[in-house]
Amino acid sequence: MDFQPTGEQRALRAGVRDLLAGRYGREALRASVEAGVAVDRRLWRELGEAGFFALRLPESDGGVGLGLPEAALVFEEAGRALLPGPLVATHLAAGVVPGAASGTTVVTAFDLGGPLVAHLGEADAVLGASAPPEGEPVRSVDPLTPLHRVAGRHPDPGPDPAPYRDEGALLTAALQVGSALRTVELAVDHARRREQFGQPIGAFQAVKHLCAGMLVRAEVARTAVYAAAVTGDVAEIAAAKLLADEAAVRGARDCLQVYGGMGFTWEADVHLHLKRAWVRAEQWRTAAQAEEVLAADLLGAVG
Amino acid sequence: MDLTYTDEEQEFRARLREWLAKELPALPPRPSPDDWPARRAYDAGWQRRLFEAGYAGLHWPLDAGGRGATPTQHLIFLEETERAGAPYVGANFVGLLHAGPTIAAEGTAAQRARWLPPVLRGDEMWCQGFSEPDAGSDLASLRTRAVRDGDDYVVTGAKIWTSHAEVADWCELLVRTDPGAPKHRGITWLAMPMDAPGITVRPLRTLAGSAEFAEVFLDEVRVPAANRVGAENDGWRVTMVTLSFERGTAFVGEVVACRRTLALLARTAKENGRWDDPVLRRTLGRLHGELGALWRLTQWNVSESERSGGVPGTGGSVFKLAYSHARQELYDAAAQVLGAGSLALDEEWVLDRLSSLSYTIAAGTSQIQRNIVAERVLGLPKGR
Ligand SMILES: Cc1cc2nc3c(=O)[nH]c(=O)nc-3n(C[C@H](O)[C@H](O)[C@H](O)COP(=O)(O)OP(=O)(O)OC[C@H]3O[C@@H](n4cnc5c(N)ncnc54)[C@H](O)[C@@H]3O)c2cc1C
Repeated sequence: MDFQPTGEQRALRAGVRDLLAGRYGREALRASVEAGVAVDRRLWRELGEAGFFALRLPESDGGVGLGLPEAALVFEEAGRALLPGPLVATHLAAGVVPGAASGTTVVTAFDLGGPLVAHLGEADAVLGASAPPEGEPVRSVDPLTPLHRVAGRHPDPGPDPAPYRDEGALLTAALQVGSALRTVELAVDHARRREQFGQPIGAFQAVKHLCAGMLVRAEVARTAVYAAAVTGDVAEIAAAKLLADEAAVRGARDCLQVYGGMGFTWEADVHLHLKRAWVRAEQWRTAAQAEEVLAADLLGAVG
Repeated sequence: MDLTYTDEEQEFRARLREWLAKELPALPPRPSPDDWPARRAYDAGWQRRLFEAGYAGLHWPLDAGGRGATPTQHLIFLEETERAGAPYVGANFVGLLHAGPTIAAEGTAAQRARWLPPVLRGDEMWCQGFSEPDAGSDLASLRTRAVRDGDDYVVTGAKIWTSHAEVADWCELLVRTDPGAPKHRGITWLAMPMDAPGITVRPLRTLAGSAEFAEVFLDEVRVPAANRVGAENDGWRVTMVTLSFERGTAFVGEVVACRRTLALLARTAKENGRWDDPVLRRTLGRLHGELGALWRLTQWNVSESERSGGVPGTGGSVFKLAYSHARQELYDAAAQVLGAGSLALDEEWVLDRLSSLSYTIAAGTSQIQRNIVAERVLGLPKGR
């Protein structure tokens, strides 16, 4: 058994991190927040060219021919960079919706379990639908996840995302883990630099313990995501989503706390991590759903 | 990232499983937790069987009498023995997991020859004399004095919370040999025979009602200088070696045990109707996810240490923090499943619930582990 990433997997992750640092660094993130544009078509195509969406398509179909473990590593990096857009839905649509694999088509999904749909206005297609439905724009909590309300009061208006639910949940969990790990870094950097009472606040135990708790949650979630990516097991995927949602949401909140008053400003990136983490926690599989999947699995194990 | 086991590992697992299936039915039931002499004999007997079957000191190096197994094989060993319901290492804990590995790493050839084989055979038991009444989390402030007198150290002081002290033959003892030096610099690691004159062991009753740890009073106890492991005043460094073993794999088997307990609870909840309570059902589901993830974290840490040549990494503190809290949540959930039944002490798991309360204290409290994670893993500055 060797659970550690292989040399190729490490190289892939490093490559994606470099690509995103160059192409979607903090300036670009801030520029897209200011412009209110989540999906930059050119960047989308570049991601497509780099194999982001076609990662798991067989090489015979023009894909990269890699598996879920590699996808999890790549999505972790996207989460770390706070890369916006319907990344998971477009990735899942590769090989199903023309142009998704190459990044020329933007595909979203009814993954929010209600009448709200993310990125509808920016998408060319909806996973499982013959054509994108009409929708009313809704002001979104996350500046980079625009929302539309579809078909008024209907509770479940769109195509059923069930066939994609597990993989969608897993990749979303990987995004959450990347964000959680990033907020640990942000908090630790800040705690080392910011001084109060004549010393870095990171020397205070109350702050240290917040940071340590963040890391523990992020590391446990990360292993859960990797394991689920390797086994593809439905219950492990549910656990991965559950733990990763919690690591991302609580991590961002704790990071905000470490930042103090600065954490409550628009300037600090922390709120962007928190808001995106809230959105992702509602996507594909909520905590309540994940816990029910796990409960059923637990009972199944005892027969 | 690969979670499949090699052919060799699978073969190792199969052989072990076969041996356990043959061995376990013949085993007498475990004596009551209060009867320490009987438990010592029981734990020694199990260790002897492991020794004869070639499973003793599996993860110890070959030249220390161990089997030189890979961390993965050791993981399989812990997983399979726990799954089969084999006895836990019990009173052999300190010898096998702390003192033995420390002597193997830091001891002289003569010390290794003297102390290691009896640990592997189950002939001698060790206890850990680190904590003192005024030196718990702040271990380096310990005050038990050792003064050199000819070929001996003369030791005076008091230790506390010493698990299994009543039945131990040897104690890994930390003493202060240079009271003038900064606190981390004047400590020495000694192997103290527990039958030496001047030692008084006074059992302490735990909240579970048993006497599994004790106070140990030391009144001019003579310990041969030849029993010193490492250099005089270099004991803190040796101690860090000991503690890295303690946090390395000490809880691996227990995750497997917790998962078994949880499965049992689910079945009980189904039978007594509490499963229909969605809040409780979801709590059990969440625990299933958490404990599963902790098992994966264990595999992660093991394959990491395998790559780094068997050195336990910092993952130990991350794991211990998460595990000790999950274990307590598990038993809280158990109490919800059993309702008033959780008040009856004749159920084994109720005793386990009580013992789980020590997990966030023993082997370094959660607060101390968080300091370690923050300072050594995240690199935050030390407080003043
Ligand atoms: C079941 C059990 C078995 C044990 N077996 C052994 C054994 O065999 N041998 C042995 O040597 N020891 C043993 N111990 C002792 C154990 O290692 C200590 O209890 C532990 O290190 C805590 O020390 P303390 O009890 O003195 O608590 P204290 O150090 O007094 O701590 C009390 C509280 O203060 C907190 N605290 C202390 N310092 C800090 C700090 N710097 N920052 C934040 N919080 C802090 C702690 O987290 C804790 O909550 C055992 C303990 C238990 C419970």
